[in-house]
Amino acid sequence: MADVTMTVNGEEVSGTVEGRTLLVDYLRGPLRLTGTHVGCDTSQCGACVVHVNGAAVKACTMFAVEAEGCEVTTIEGMANADGSLNTIQQAFQDHHGLQCGFCTPGMVMSVAKLLEDNPKPSEHEIREYLEGNICRCTGYHNIVKAVLAASGQQMPAIAAE
Amino acid sequence: MPKDHGIGASSLRREDVRFLTGDGRYTDDIDVPGQLYVHFLRSDVAHATIDGIDTSAAEGMPGVVRVFTGADFEAVGSIPCGWQITDRHGEVMQEPRHPVLAHGKVRHVGDPVCAVVAKTREQARDASEAIVLSLTDIPAVIDMKEAVKDGAPRVHDDLTSNLCFDWGFVEDNRDAVNQAIKDAAHVTTLELVNNRLVANPMEPRVAVGDYDKSTGEHTLYTTSQNPHMIRLLMGAFVLNIPEHKLRVIAPDVGGGFGTKIFHYAEEAFCTFAAKELKKPVKWTSTRSEAFMSDAHGRDHVTKIELALDADNNFTALRTETYANMGAYLSTFASATPTWLHGTLMAGNYKTPLVYVNVKAVFTNTVPVDAYRGAGRPEATFQLERVVDKAARELGVDPIALRRQNFVTEFPYATPVAVEYDTGDYNATMDKIEQIADLKGFPARRKESEARGKLRGLGINSYIEACGIAPSNLVGQLGARAGLYDAATVRVNATGSISVMVGAHSHGQGHETTFPQVIAEMIGIPEDQIDIVHGDTGRIPFGMGTYGSRSLAVCGSAMVRAAEKVIAKSKKIAAHLLEASDEDIELKDGKFTVAGTDREVAWGDVTLAAYVPHNYPLEDIEPGLEETAFYDPANFTYPAGAYAAEVEVDPETGHVTVERFAAADDFGNVINPMIVSGQVHGGIAQGIGQALLETCSYDENGQLVSASYMDYAMPRAKDLPMFSVDHSCQTPCTHNPLGVKGCGEAGAIGSPPTIVNAVIDALWSGGHEVGHVDMPLTPSRVWSAMQGARAAQGSANPSAREAAGQGGRSLGGGA
Repeated sequence: MADVTMTVNGEEVSGTVEGRTLLVDYLRGPLRLTGTHVGCDTSQCGACVVHVNGAAVKACTMFAVEAEGCEVTTIEGMANADGSLNTIQQAFQDHHGLQCGFCTPGMVMSVAKLLEDNPKPSEHEIREYLEGNICRCTGYHNIVKAVLAASGQQMPAIAAE
Repeated sequence: MPKDHGIGASSLRREDVRFLTGDGRYTDDIDVPGQLYVHFLRSDVAHATIDGIDTSAAEGMPGVVRVFTGADFEAVGSIPCGWQITDRHGEVMQEPRHPVLAHGKVRHVGDPVCAVVAKTREQARDASEAIVLSLTDIPAVIDMKEAVKDGAPRVHDDLTSNLCFDWGFVEDNRDAVNQAIKDAAHVTTLELVNNRLVANPMEPRVAVGDYDKSTGEHTLYTTSQNPHMIRLLMGAFVLNIPEHKLRVIAPDVGGGFGTKIFHYAEEAFCTFAAKELKKPVKWTSTRSEAFMSDAHGRDHVTKIELALDADNNFTALRTETYANMGAYLSTFASATPTWLHGTLMAGNYKTPLVYVNVKAVFTNTVPVDAYRGAGRPEATFQLERVVDKAARELGVDPIALRRQNFVTEFPYATPVAVEYDTGDYNATMDKIEQIADLKGFPARRKESEARGKLRGLGINSYIEACGIAPSNLVGQLGARAGLYDAATVRVNATGSISVMVGAHSHGQGHETTFPQVIAEMIGIPEDQIDIVHGDTGRIPFGMGTYGSRSLAVCGSAMVRAAEKVIAKSKKIAAHLLEASDEDIELKDGKFTVAGTDREVAWGDVTLAAYVPHNYPLEDIEPGLEETAFYDPANFTYPAGAYAAEVEVDPETGHVTVERFAAADDFGNVINPMIVSGQVHGGIAQGIGQALLETCSYDENGQLVSASYMDYAMPRAKDLPMFSVDHSCQTPCTHNPLGVKGCGEAGAIGSPPTIVNAVIDALWSGGHEVGHVDMPLTPSRVWSAMQGARAAQGSANPSAREAAGQGGRSLGGGA
């Protein structure tokens, strides 16, 4: 067992974990931040994406102890200060970019990082960037639309339907 | 001007806010104080006798509470199948016992053998590794045609063979169909595989069992599309728990696509163990477990023959299908390749004679059951492929051949027992020609060719049957349950409304669309109405969500209940307004006396119902709450036309989808935004089936596509933007909303569209290829271009198939 301290969504937290405890299990278990989801066990699906020191990370690919001293942001820390949806979240709702909602937290976290790195991504760049986030419901059409909208871009004609 | 609320408005989804902020409450988010964790030790071989299980070391491991084996479930019922098929000889299907934990034998990779319950998930997992299983391998049967040969190893020793049933439909047509095929001017024949798929909702299955010994009440939290059905199946058939002592809760569920309809052993285990141990017991599936324990889909091997006369009219259709059941009969396994498949074999066409034969076969594989479309994609795929092949053989335009044979008069009684109430297949074909810009295809093909690519155009028309189904009919067909649905409209004193519905929303947006209907009927804001679903303790009854039935069946029940509420509230209003009931009109949330300016607001009437100081108590009871059960009179028949353009790289066989358009007739539409989203998702799954996905076993029955590194889920970069249209609307004639259902259409219509397009591309390059089995991976397409017969699909062991899978692993089914 090891002690671990990190800052999650702006708040310092500490606990004792097994060496093998994954960051995602620490977030979901002891911290009860259940918005971060586990959709696979091979680091493919991206439902568990969080930000660690500003990088988008699949929280199933790192141990909780590796986050010692890190700044972690989860989906629970993404809304505006007044609790309203942020620009990306609002775009997902406006453009029906989610259905069952299970992949959505990871999707929002990945998109946030994409738009930080590339404020005006093309449709092709969006699709390439989201290679590590699997959605089974939407066919990605409306996710792409949501990202274009969140980045203030015009829709291609076909996407405007 | 589009509407901004009520029926026809693209109201934004209210459920999105919690999903977007991490506040969703999925089953794995539920922890019951004091809960234990179970880990299932699963068979890693396809077929073996269990000669011994030594759990002694595991029982001594830290945190272990108890290790269960099959022997603990001898007194427990079998996981039931919900549909009994009678075969063409009048015999009922062979129905093997399906134990909660394997006993005596293991029958597929993933069959659970032991269940280790411990204080933490990790302790349960660690201890399971200390269990010593003595298994003796038996030869496995994987290939269906091998499985039904004399002398094949038997999956179930107590059955006479691996043949579950040999179904003929319509048996009385058999001779006439055979004769018509003999007499035909032209017969097009096609042998094909509908590849085995894994539904893969992004949320793996979870079950939490809890038992309150003070009341004797069980609670099961589970990732289900139909909690009442789980309560019925598990309570009545498996664990013998009366329904009033069993509550099943399916909270937010992260996608279903059919695979969360069925009652699974893990649900029964957690419920059973919670009582045994007097502690809550939780199971969370890993994705690897999901691949080997969630029911799979499709897996048909089919020969289809289409007979045409000299004028290219379809005269007869004959199909023979081997349908894989896997090792046990899952809940709807027997209904999927029969009643949900055979009844759709007429398609959009007025073919007068149809005969469908289905041989359902047990193999040492994961059970196969309904997956998005369930039988209808299999019917549409073979029919639309053979029609396309016929057009090519006859040298006629595939659209013209379809149009020539379309059903154009309704109602239309097919030769396969169903009656289409309404439709307009030429209208959706006209629409697809327009929105897919088919006129522009030759220019786009030239442009592709200039870049060294082959471009193909694929067309498809489809029909499906939704809103399952009239209970008396399905009862005659072998269903062991009624398939109505129920809703309660509870009006609160101040006028807000809770609607308890039997349908379950796991991505479909019911929390938004169902209130749109009530808001339209009463004329109050949508946010005054909430939907309650997914909890047998809070809703009266319901058969759940599958087969695109929620709005057509449960929505109809809701409308009927709301009509009762409105009728009663008009009586109250009449009393308050001192008028006659018949003169009361309800509009925009106000009751008025026709032809006068006298009115009373909705909220004043509802208040009077609960505070009946001025109320006709002698005539009507206080309160305002009504329940309705709705049993559909017929299926609904959504239909449409799809078009795809693909590019094939002749150097590699790699296929890309360049354009995809869908014109669907769903009847009336409540929320166009949500309907489009449903179609997008269906198309993506259909393209996945056509190009990427397959579930593969090797010849020993080892599951070789059991992770996302091996099973090719469609990613964002695999798909184009879609052009979808649902403006062609022929409302359903027999339900009050005129709706048909939109959840499965995309997955039904798109696979043949894509394959037709690839075949067209290959022909444009001079490769006269009759068919390529799905998924159309680069190696299969490239092999076809070289004149090699494409490898078979999932029914044949992948070990026989060619290697080489392009950019990433494609599940062994290259």
